[in-house]
Amino acid sequence: MTAELVGGLEPPDYASHDRAAREQYDPVFTGDVKRELDELLTRYPTKMAALLPALWIVQRVRGWVSDQGMAEVAGQLDLTPAYVKGVVTFYTMYHQHPVGKYFIQVCTTSPCGICGAEDVVKAFLRHTNTGELGITSPEGRFTVIEVECLGACGFATPVMINEEFIESVTPDKVPDLLARLT
Amino acid sequence: MGFPHQSHSRETTVLSKYFGDADARTLAGWKKRGGYKALEKALDMQPADIVNVVKESGLRGRGGAGFPTGLKWSFMKPGDGKPHYLCCNADESEPGTFKDRELMRWTPHALVEGCAIAAYAIGAETAYIYIRGEFTEPLYWMEKAVKEAYDARIIGKNAMGSGKRIDVYVHKGAGAYICGEETALMESLEGRRGNPRIKPPFPAVSGVFGMPTTINNVETLIAAAPILLNGADWYKKMSLSNPKSTGTKLYSVCGNIQRPGTYEVVMGFPFKEFLYDLCGGPLHGRKFKAVIPGGASVPIQNMEEAEATLMDYEGFVAQGSMLGSGGVIVIDDAQPMVTVIARIARFFAHESCAQCTQCREGTAWTTKILERIRDGEGTMEDLDTLLDIAEQMTGKTICVLSDSCAVPVVSGIKKFRGEFEALIQGRRFHPVTAAVA
Repeated sequence: MTAELVGGLEPPDYASHDRAAREQYDPVFTGDVKRELDELLTRYPTKMAALLPALWIVQRVRGWVSDQGMAEVAGQLDLTPAYVKGVVTFYTMYHQHPVGKYFIQVCTTSPCGICGAEDVVKAFLRHTNTGELGITSPEGRFTVIEVECLGACGFATPVMINEEFIESVTPDKVPDLLARLT
Repeated sequence: MGFPHQSHSRETTVLSKYFGDADARTLAGWKKRGGYKALEKALDMQPADIVNVVKESGLRGRGGAGFPTGLKWSFMKPGDGKPHYLCCNADESEPGTFKDRELMRWTPHALVEGCAIAAYAIGAETAYIYIRGEFTEPLYWMEKAVKEAYDARIIGKNAMGSGKRIDVYVHKGAGAYICGEETALMESLEGRRGNPRIKPPFPAVSGVFGMPTTINNVETLIAAAPILLNGADWYKKMSLSNPKSTGTKLYSVCGNIQRPGTYEVVMGFPFKEFLYDLCGGPLHGRKFKAVIPGGASVPIQNMEEAEATLMDYEGFVAQGSMLGSGGVIVIDDAQPMVTVIARIARFFAHESCAQCTQCREGTAWTTKILERIRDGEGTMEDLDTLLDIAEQMTGKTICVLSDSCAVPVVSGIKKFRGEFEALIQGRRFHPVTAAVA
């Protein structure tokens, strides 16, 4: 039986999985970053409490939190990688996959929804060439997602582009917002 | 102060006085405006006396539940040999609420001061300010203010030369509405998934790291400083209604209204005047249809109820809703209610931590059924099913997220049943032809 006959599914590429596992992993927590973590640990009575901050550091340095990143954090804080993964998957802001260079989050919860947030989403999808929520544009520049309440409802529609928080975005402002990104 | 608009003459600006004033963000600027005088005064007082002043003032929690702040502080027993903790709940994520965001980005030192006062009053050496991860701007200003306060030895191992140790740390959340629930916040702070805990034990007995903990909202903590400076009577007098609701309250107003923003009025202010005068009334050519006055998880008011409301804890309850967090969402006649409610339900379905079956299943099915009705594929039985699910979701779970999802559904069907039925019977919702220029 050929691969095509099995419901059209491609057989998994085990070889690439092996490669990923063997790939050289550069630790995040060295030098200044390690000192940053050490300072964080003085703030809490337990090592575990530094987990969310430590994961933020990994994401800041690497752009996302990989399994290897989680394993490294686990090692630093005397936790198991499985525990760390359990925590990572609870929170929406940790990227468990690489995302576009510009990660665009558009608030569409009710207060923004009644002020036209859907049209802002559509404008971003069109102008970034992503076409679909959660999909990274072909050149790897943009990922657009809808996000639940960004807590700036009086400034509908708020949009986050990476760490930048932009208030009162309307569809006509979208092209200019994107144009100033390199 | 109506931020980002001009302050309205009917507002009483105590906490929001310096919104939009960039100089107030710095330590020097804050001190020039009388900052840290309250902390200085507090450190000269006995902790129990501070608690008494706050108790006397009638200040109640501004995060949503309205629990008396002084009473909450009095549950902490200083000298029990355990480390005490103060948590500041800055995980503001209730849809419609953005007052704490303004407080933190315009008056970050006010929060540092409020935390330090409260920490001293409850015998805590450490205060954690848990700020939601999306609040990059408030996080920036709070971290800066905390650093300035440490450098000036206002906080730290010898706070203002008092010999008392008060550490204040900013902790960044990572995207979870449920972490605004106090026990979930503590779980999250400990480095766990943000699953709410069963109460009791209450935080004052076993809170963060298993130690006695007090957890307060940003606005509550900031209100403590002017109360200490001006006295309990001054605060109590700022009420137009009843002695159970005192002081000023921040309201963040959003939705279909002329001047969305953050307003500060005294307790008992007439809601009608607030909506039509302070906030400028409906958009051109439209009419208000409904108001959700305290964030997405309080009952929806129709305009008859809203216009009869006096804005305080009891006043909103008397008119079929709750003060909640003060996040006023205004909905006008161009908005189909079913769409609005379905979107609220989707929010709760997304944010359920999924510990409790009633919530995990209830929020998901409520959303599915509401969206089916919205898309014109619902049946009349669906309305009964929704109400039945809502009943099963109320009062049966560890925290109130489940109840919060049921509340807008039940009040929505009760007050706007006609719109649900019209969609089910195949009559489409016709928004008014809004004459927006």
